[in-house]
Amino acid sequence: MHILYAILIGPFVTMAREPAFLIEVLIGGLLAGVMYSLVALGFVLIYKASGVFNYAQGTMVLFAALTFVGMLEAGLPVLLSLVAVIAVMIVLAFAVERMVLRPLVNQSEIILFMSTLGISYFLVGLGQILWGGDVHPLDIGIPSGPLTVHGILINQLDLYAAIVAGTLVAALALFFQKTRVGRALRAVADDHQAAMSVGIPLKQIWVFIWAIAGLVALAAGIMWGASLGVQFSLELVALKALPVLILGGFTSIPGAIVGGLIVGATEKLGEVFWGPVIGSGVEDWFAYILALIFLLFRPQGLFGERIIQRV
Amino acid sequence: MHSNGGVLLKVEGIALAFGGVKALADVSFDIRKGEVRAIIGPNGAGKSSMLNVINGFYRPHAGSITYKGRTVRHMRPHQAAKAGIARTFQNIALFKGMTTLDNIMTGRLLKMRGNFLLDALYVGPARREETAHRAVVEQIIDFLEIQAIRKVPVGRLPYGLQKRVELGRALAAEPDLLLLDEPMAGMNFEEKEDMSRFILDVNEEFGTTIALIEHDMGVVMDISSRIVVLDYGRKIADGTPDEVRRDQAVIDAYLGVAHDGGKGA
Ligand SMILES: Nc1ncnc2c1ncn2[C@@H]1O[C@H](COP(=O)(O)OP(=O)(O)OP(=O)(O)O)[C@@H](O)[C@H]1O
Ligand SMILES: [Mg+2]
Repeated sequence: MHILYAILIGPFVTMAREPAFLIEVLIGGLLAGVMYSLVALGFVLIYKASGVFNYAQGTMVLFAALTFVGMLEAGLPVLLSLVAVIAVMIVLAFAVERMVLRPLVNQSEIILFMSTLGISYFLVGLGQILWGGDVHPLDIGIPSGPLTVHGILINQLDLYAAIVAGTLVAALALFFQKTRVGRALRAVADDHQAAMSVGIPLKQIWVFIWAIAGLVALAAGIMWGASLGVQFSLELVALKALPVLILGGFTSIPGAIVGGLIVGATEKLGEVFWGPVIGSGVEDWFAYILALIFLLFRPQGLFGERIIQRV
Repeated sequence: MHSNGGVLLKVEGIALAFGGVKALADVSFDIRKGEVRAIIGPNGAGKSSMLNVINGFYRPHAGSITYKGRTVRHMRPHQAAKAGIARTFQNIALFKGMTTLDNIMTGRLLKMRGNFLLDALYVGPARREETAHRAVVEQIIDFLEIQAIRKVPVGRLPYGLQKRVELGRALAAEPDLLLLDEPMAGMNFEEKEDMSRFILDVNEEFGTTIALIEHDMGVVMDISSRIVVLDYGRKIADGTPDEVRRDQAVIDAYLGVAHDGGKGA
């Protein structure tokens, strides 16, 4: 009985007693969630445009951050390092199209997925050879102390990260909706054949979309790196995008955004209010349980297209 | 029907196989400027494969394609599109999530120039250009009489209207050669009449050359100037509707036991 009370009712009582604290936790969770949205968006873009489930998205986050830190440590100024990493991520996009996507065109989804496993291992290895396996602290000049707004504490680093991520997400969404290139990308995502028939060069689109995914990864890598240090476990943080995608649907941009926010908020609530009862570390697995529940009851996600079996 | 003699496209000795299936074997024919050229034949004869070769989806194993005087071994889809070849598909390939307007707008992607960065920011010339393209698209929408469904996502439209939107998207590119793969399949009599009228209007008003695959012999005989007949990947006849109608090989192909493609020749 006590246990049931502690799990099912207790946490809500705590929440009701301390609404300010609840809001604080919620805000912290949502801010973290914006970052998940950003990484999930990287997945969605590639999945929509090339039908590839890009396992390497997490590794790209790590690799971009490592390269950035590596250049800073080598003594390059911040701006130059940034430009250089952006160039590296664009070169990576060209290389992926040339050496992976093009030879594997028309192969099944599972084969393309496997090839991204390869890309992932390659990037981890390359990162290790170039920059070593240590944790690299990354200071991008954002004060890390908390900010107090109406008595509610907000982590400044989280806030800035969320602002950057939110701006990127909004810009990408607008870009997709409003521009010629965006229309071409949506067309490719919708129907490859039809897109080619109106003259959209598929290969250029692939390079473009992988480059964007690379930049998204870079932004996420820098922001996470600034708070956690640039280290190989970043790859695992980035994999949180997976449950986000299951929630939001693999093909939906709004889904990636909303899914990220939900995962961020709920796992933080779980950690803070249920952690004391069922043991801490809730944050690490909660998103996956949530995703599992979604898989059982709504496999297409919140916004994904209904999955209809073709016969 | 406006054929003025000049050859727009010529395919020679085209061969294509999928595994053991010979989809096309040594097929040659030409399409003259301004004509409506029909490609007919029983199911599986290789008609769609032929269109796919022309617009670059399939790469033939042998043969050559001469388009506007330039001979190549194969086309690439976006090159074909750039060179003025537009098409529709047997199984409708629309952008299902987009509206009618947006679908037809994608047909103009190649006509859009302008600075990439400005375009990304959607300001200045990019915006003005967009407006100009919108005007062309609206004309096409009026022409095809689909004003009422401008803002409807095409996935929700009935089949006949989807076919019309697909034609609109192809027209938006202002093509020199329009490839239509069974534009009237699955339509009722009235819809077929409308579609025939649109095709003829496009041909006569804009002078667009048309290659048309169609199973309905009535329609084919009515609107085409010359007809290629394929059977088992080979060309078995080529000529005016009257010539083809009387051709013994054609009659045999359509009455053959293993086939059930045409609706009587
Ligand atoms: N992508 C492909 N892969 C494998 N086989 C194919 C492919 N495309 C066409 N074929 C085969 O090539 C042959 C010709 O097909 P095609 O679609 O060109 O015929 P069609 O004349 O258009 O027939 P229909 O009237 O049924 O549309 C068929 O045997 C078909 O199965
Ligand atoms: Mg066909």
